[in-house]
Amino acid sequence: MHPLLTNEVGKKLLLLGNEAIVRGALEAGLAFATTYPGTPSSEIGDNFFRIATESELYFEYSTNEKVALETAAGAAVSGLRTMCSMKHVGLNVAADPLMTLAYVGVRGGMVIVTADDPSLFSSQNEQDNRFYARLSNLPMLEPTSAHEAKEMTKAAFEISEALELPVLLRTTTRLNHCRGIVTTGPLKPPKTRVGFEKDSSRFVTVPANARVCHKVLLSREEKAWGMACQSPFNTVIGTGRWGIATSGIAYNYVADAIKDLGIEDRVRVLKLGFTYPFPDKVAAEFIRSVDKILVVEELEPFLEDNLKVTAQTNGLAIPIAGKAPELFLRLYEYDPGMVRKVIARFFELDYTPPKPVDIQEAPEAVQVPMRPPNLCVGCPHRATYYAVTSVLRETQTEAVFPTDIGCYTLGLLPPLQTADFLICMGSSVTSAAGISRATGKKVIAFIGDSTFFHSGITGLINAVHNKHNFILVILDNGTTAMTGHQPHPGVEITPPGWDKPSVSIEAIVRACGVEQVTVVNPIHLAKTKTAIKEALESNSLSVIVAKAPCPLYEARVLGKKKKQRFMVGPECNTDCTECIDTFGCPALYKNTAPDAKTTMIINENLCIGCGVCVQFCKKIRPKKI
Amino acid sequence: MENYRVYFTGVGGQGTLLATTVLAEAAIYAGHNALASEVHGMAQRGGVVESTVMIGDIKSPIISDGEADVLLGFEPVETYRAIRKCSAGSVVVSNTVPVIPYSVAIGKGTYPDVEKLCDFMRSRVRKLITLDAQSLAKQAGSILSANMVMLGALSRSGVLPLPREAFEEVIRTKTKAKFVGANLLAFALGFGDIIGDQENR
Repeated sequence: MHPLLTNEVGKKLLLLGNEAIVRGALEAGLAFATTYPGTPSSEIGDNFFRIATESELYFEYSTNEKVALETAAGAAVSGLRTMCSMKHVGLNVAADPLMTLAYVGVRGGMVIVTADDPSLFSSQNEQDNRFYARLSNLPMLEPTSAHEAKEMTKAAFEISEALELPVLLRTTTRLNHCRGIVTTGPLKPPKTRVGFEKDSSRFVTVPANARVCHKVLLSREEKAWGMACQSPFNTVIGTGRWGIATSGIAYNYVADAIKDLGIEDRVRVLKLGFTYPFPDKVAAEFIRSVDKILVVEELEPFLEDNLKVTAQTNGLAIPIAGKAPELFLRLYEYDPGMVRKVIARFFELDYTPPKPVDIQEAPEAVQVPMRPPNLCVGCPHRATYYAVTSVLRETQTEAVFPTDIGCYTLGLLPPLQTADFLICMGSSVTSAAGISRATGKKVIAFIGDSTFFHSGITGLINAVHNKHNFILVILDNGTTAMTGHQPHPGVEITPPGWDKPSVSIEAIVRACGVEQVTVVNPIHLAKTKTAIKEALESNSLSVIVAKAPCPLYEARVLGKKKKQRFMVGPECNTDCTECIDTFGCPALYKNTAPDAKTTMIINENLCIGCGVCVQFCKKIRPKKI
Repeated sequence: MENYRVYFTGVGGQGTLLATTVLAEAAIYAGHNALASEVHGMAQRGGVVESTVMIGDIKSPIISDGEADVLLGFEPVETYRAIRKCSAGSVVVSNTVPVIPYSVAIGKGTYPDVEKLCDFMRSRVRKLITLDAQSLAKQAGSILSANMVMLGALSRSGVLPLPREAFEEVIRTKTKAKFVGANLLAFALGFGDIIGDQENR
């Protein structure tokens, strides 16, 4: 049985923030869940995926966040309790349904998890999604710990049903990926089958209806404001005259700092969990009770601005500060030491921070090499990139490489350097059109299979219709590898019991109207190079589907590993290092041993026997095992 | 009781995250409060993997510079890179077996002398414990159990208020059944076979 399905009540589990959210949803009687995977939200869907196989829960990996939200909305307006989870930038994709779903509202409780990523551990920006609550007028909760994440998720369903509005649960990477002790409550059996009660004046947003809906939304928001002002998630801790207002993960840094600085009796903390609509009644009372306020929140001054408005509205004039050059930045995640230091500075306390061991200042310090992430050994993307760069070298052609989001973005790094432009999911196909029109240069765009399903298809149709001229390489490794090998509509290698049909990428590309379509296995170098040469020569829009499974995924699902290994022969004793200069497989490196007989060496523990190198270097050969 | 902050660092694939969970669970088993944090995603593709475990009454899941009580390094260059998390009072437990970074493999950098790294760290922290976790793991029957060797060495160091049995119980109940034997043996080898174990100040 999945550990999150335990019926034991009062059990203490060490859970990831994301697992706590899942447990909270199950304790609320969740019936329907959708997602598109994205760090740091992925484990929510991955747990639902497994739980759905042994419970009444319906779960799907949808093709993108807009699809996920609309699918969940359909179930929620029918009356099911639903959850839709995504990373912060996913909500941009889902922003269109979000804004108008708020107008019509829901019947079954609906929770939308938006996982922000301060410090950009695994993202292309660090936008603060709390503004989506304000933009959409939807209530928002921000947990501070794994246990609170579970409790808030549960409460969010009640709030959602009371207001008939979706509720945003906003987390940050540290919350999603912290592990804390969570105490289980009783599981609630889900209501899984409902009828659709028609009400077109509410659910069909033609202008005449939507005008009314907007009014309804504002009245629901008013009701939500009342709930926020009464919410047990908005509390004041302490009785001192120094005020600190905070929410989310930053609350923990504040709580620890107060203890470390020994100022428990001087500080009063406004800990906000139900942060939109802003509980200004609670805030006004707090402002009246203190002499000055420091606002501790990561990213944008969301609470700070609201507190300042509250102070102004109530004719209160005490110093309220947060984002300032000498206090907090609007950049990156915070840490306990930084928060402690700023609190000490703001309240003019004597404080000496701990002295870290400093490598920079030490005369005898050693320089250490960087360790950037890299495409795995045997990754078919490397083979594709190698084929492309080889053809361009051989034909002395220059090209621009718009790329996309996935493992293959790592093609950015030397020696491949096959990434010139990237802003969001699907932008490879579309920006390729703009770049090729603007420059007249050869443009070769790269997109992954899951990303192609997510948001590549409409761009490709646009390219056909508007006669754009570029090469699109679809890197099809048969899985959503980057986020943990989630399935997508094109999967062919599937786990046991999988009964969903596979949608052919090649068929889609042809149906979009692309005439030049080639499917190659990038592990076969010569054929792949020929396909690229032909595409370059054709001078028209062409698509190459480079199709070979992610070896990690294949090994995990099929338990299959290649036995073949490769080695360099004794003739590899010149100064030629072309393999690492152009291909860069991590199993291949310079032999620096004192008794080295060959220039290069292949680490047979790392080599997985893909056999690409043996196709471009005659000095490499199969190893007899 | 006192609070403890443990910082883990290593390279993707070395099993630092499993070790993180085992330590946190062992702390809970021993009756303490525990909190951990991990980094997922992009960082795992052959890059550096960092995680933390807090034991005691601590709410913050991350460790600021100079605030780790223990640094558990699964790879010598990574231990050295993370030394900023330590202060003069910290204890460092480090594996001495390098995982060559890609930048070095393609000749864009050189791998430093591990002994020099250790000398530097030894001169700056309370105690440096070094061991060859790979050979001990091999001896235990699975190279993948090097993470358990590291936990054995951590347990032996005596810095944390956790009995050896707490680790062993968690290894027995929370790691994959197939590997429990090798994991327990690896833990024992790490516990018993640490070298360079001397107080510096």
